[in-house]
Amino acid sequence: MTLLTDVIFDPTAPWQLNEQVSLRDESFGALAYHHDTRRLVFLKSRELVDVVRRVGDFESADDAIDALVPADQRGRYLTALTSLVRSEILCGR
Amino acid sequence: MGAERSLRDRFERGLAAPICLTWELTYACNLACTHCLSSSGRRDPNELSTGEAKALIDEIAAMQIFYLNIGGGEPMIRRDFFELIEHAVGQHVGVKFSTNGTRIDQAAARRLASIDYLDIQVSIDGVDAATSDRIRGAGSYDSARRAMDNLKSADFGQFKISVVMTRESIEQLPEFEALAAAYGAELRLTRFRPSGRGVDVWQELHPTLEQNRRLYRWLLERPNVLTGDSFFHLSALGEPLSGLNLCGAGRVVCLIDPVGEVYACPFVIHEEFRAGNVRPAGFRDVWQNSELFRVLREPGNAGACGSCGSYDACRGGCMAAKFFTGLEMSDPDPECVFGHGETALAAKKLTIRPTSSPDHSRKVPVAISAR
Repeated sequence: MTLLTDVIFDPTAPWQLNEQVSLRDESFGALAYHHDTRRLVFLKSRELVDVVRRVGDFESADDAIDALVPADQRGRYLTALTSLVRSEILCGR
Repeated sequence: MGAERSLRDRFERGLAAPICLTWELTYACNLACTHCLSSSGRRDPNELSTGEAKALIDEIAAMQIFYLNIGGGEPMIRRDFFELIEHAVGQHVGVKFSTNGTRIDQAAARRLASIDYLDIQVSIDGVDAATSDRIRGAGSYDSARRAMDNLKSADFGQFKISVVMTRESIEQLPEFEALAAAYGAELRLTRFRPSGRGVDVWQELHPTLEQNRRLYRWLLERPNVLTGDSFFHLSALGEPLSGLNLCGAGRVVCLIDPVGEVYACPFVIHEEFRAGNVRPAGFRDVWQNSELFRVLREPGNAGACGSCGSYDACRGGCMAAKFFTGLEMSDPDPECVFGHGETALAAKKLTIRPTSSPDHSRKVPVAISAR
């Protein structure tokens, strides 16, 4: 078992949406459900949903954020992605 | 907290599909629990056929409803039970089902253990046969324990032990915790609502104010105990319990009954809270277009609770608990932690308590024998 504190989010590494996760669009963003951990996670903006869906198309999380997010919001998105890596919504590839 | 609150406001306006969809597969049950929410007993001749049930599962998968809460009656009584749950999990729709355990013999336990994305909740209402059987009937506690033994020896993994909090069971919390630990199971506690046959025993069996306060503190110290958001009315005592802490009826939850009727939540199987039926145009049509759901998704009116500083924490409590005790939607919850509900009940000169519309109770008492 991986402890949460063991999880390190390296934004220079390649990441992707976990195959065990279903995303459902909602007016506020999306609901993400992890079929193995059976946990439901709320993505609270459409922009974040877009990053989560497309992060797998980029060489790194940094590249995805550079391409999809205004520079002044970089910090917020890094925090959000760290939390999504912890809850295993995103995984390395 | 600001972000949490705005998320809750969004939820109150409804979602594209339910987070939590309860589907009672059948009204047939081999037990006759005194607090049954769905007044179950006899099968309804009009229950969804296997074909209709599978088509409904296909629609649920298309709507990306992540998992189903299956109940009844006793769902395992349906002959197509395994066929239906395998059809659901085959499409990545997780299944959590509630059972009295009477049908989980060794073979059934092995088959259940072989299915992915499956959660099982075995119900008991006391930590000993005497306490539990007073509510669920003679022999029911031993059958449930046998089911748990069988699940454990089949290596099912972590199942759930589900307990309704009554005036008696609430005194056994440490023992329930120990029992769950002994099985490597999760403990799940739910609120006793005056719905279905429960309306007849609620007055004598619902927890006292003092017991509810103790339960609140106990739950705060144990975030791992599952509650399905049952006790959000207790959040008025201070720090909110974990969960969404809102009434999800028609907004994030709803119920489909065995004949395809859609109700706002599992605790209001009553004509007044019927949103439609899945048979004419499917479930999505009911979820999106029901007039009842449109009204339930309007911003809440605090009513009599408007002047209470805790309204933001408890949101006036449970709609079903109010309705079936004869209170208005604008009244406080009958178990309001400040006693406002009891005052409101006492102030009603004549209380007309509605009874559940469909009643499938059997007319003769049942006894179950050991298998």
